[in-house]
Amino acid sequence: MPKVGVLALQGDVREHATMLSQAGAEVSLVKRAEQLDGLDGLIIPGGESTTIAYLLTTSGVREALGKKIKDGLNVLGTCAGLIMLSSGIEDGRSDQWSYGAVDVVVKRNGYGRQIASFETDIEVKGIGDVPGVFIRAPRVVSISSDVEVLATYDHGDGVHPVLMRQGNAWGCSFHPELTSDSRVHELFVKSL
Amino acid sequence: MSSSNNSKVGSALVKRGLADMLRGGVIMDVVNPEQAKIAEDSGAVAVMALERVPSDIRRDGGVARMSDPQMIQEIQATVTIPVMAKARIGHFAEAQILQALDVDYIDESEVLTPADETNHIDKWDFTVPFVCGATNLGEALRRIGEGACLIRSKGEAGTGNVVEAVRHLRTINAQIRRLQTADASELFSLAKDLQAPLPLVQEVAELGKLPVPMFCAGGISTPADAALVLQLGAEAVFVGSGIFKSEDPIRMARAIVEATTHFQDAHVVAKVSTGLGAAMRGAETATLEQRLAERGW
Repeated sequence: MPKVGVLALQGDVREHATMLSQAGAEVSLVKRAEQLDGLDGLIIPGGESTTIAYLLTTSGVREALGKKIKDGLNVLGTCAGLIMLSSGIEDGRSDQWSYGAVDVVVKRNGYGRQIASFETDIEVKGIGDVPGVFIRAPRVVSISSDVEVLATYDHGDGVHPVLMRQGNAWGCSFHPELTSDSRVHELFVKSL
Repeated sequence: MSSSNNSKVGSALVKRGLADMLRGGVIMDVVNPEQAKIAEDSGAVAVMALERVPSDIRRDGGVARMSDPQMIQEIQATVTIPVMAKARIGHFAEAQILQALDVDYIDESEVLTPADETNHIDKWDFTVPFVCGATNLGEALRRIGEGACLIRSKGEAGTGNVVEAVRHLRTINAQIRRLQTADASELFSLAKDLQAPLPLVQEVAELGKLPVPMFCAGGISTPADAALVLQLGAEAVFVGSGIFKSEDPIRMARAIVEATTHFQDAHVVAKVSTGLGAAMRGAETATLEQRLAERGW
């Protein structure tokens, strides 16, 4: 059974843990650097990216996780997690940093503030329609050809990738963990 | 490819979802863009924009109302994190204005002077989600029945005294445990005692928790207070006067953020509590002229 951690500094950690269990993973929560050891995968959950970035730094997890990702640790970031894994951020804080593991530029709150948050069906390559919940979601505004696109969404003002993968790093604009459908998590767990 | 033809805004899932994203975080009261910036710099998950923090509202007296839209907009322009704002209990026109301003969450709050002594706002009418305070389970479920997507235990705002927050959290927890031990036929009578909608009572009995996230507010003024209420089951904290009425707001803000994340690790909480300077002065609840928690029902 693959061992998958959920970064538990802030955000919707519990939902990811539940989904991972359903998807057949052994789940642990990560708040300290040494808890990254021995993991086959890690999820960076939804939450506030500025808060998660702040707490990654103060907890000392920031460098350790960066090194693990470079060394091939499989990571899936949803919403704020995608922002943390991206290579560039628009409309963020001027000092906002990210790991650069998925070569995309994301625009924070790229679909609007909370009033514009929405749910819709998202067709994912290989598994079909899954419910997609977008909450103050980041919008992918540019993407390298090295990134494999697993799902796109047309918001009426252009088509954007919403689920993508570059080698060991996966990014998702929406929140598969907020639904009862665990197939996106299964896709990630099966790849480990 | 998927398209926006079948997309839906303002659903319960989307509204509750933002509350889920705030879990494990600290929502800080701020009265101007400078404070909002400090809050974001210190790791706040959201800010509550208001003209006066509760301790000043207590001091000044008079009618406390929704904040000036200009002040809310200045704060929205300053930070990237969600911006919440308060409407008076029952004042749906203030809530309409806040929705028009595109705030991310509305707090129908007992800290402001109530506008309706019988009815709370019909929150199902809005696309923007609402948070409401509660002192017990019945009150929490009545607010959820009206469409609240997030409950905060009320505590006693502006006192710097955590005792009421603890009372309200423990009361809600105890009442939830009581529902869990009841058999199905007892739930009808328990719903009547709680003065709460039966379907929600049945849902809580099944889930063992509220159907929406439960945060804590009212009187949190140290990292230890945050660690206390998180261990009592709160999923995030609202800090009002506790930060910007302390001696060193930046250090206090950072310390409460770290204590909220590492609430189960007393070594971390000890470290961030060290040499913080004075917390806000605080007030003994027995000496208060006005109990804000008694507003709303």
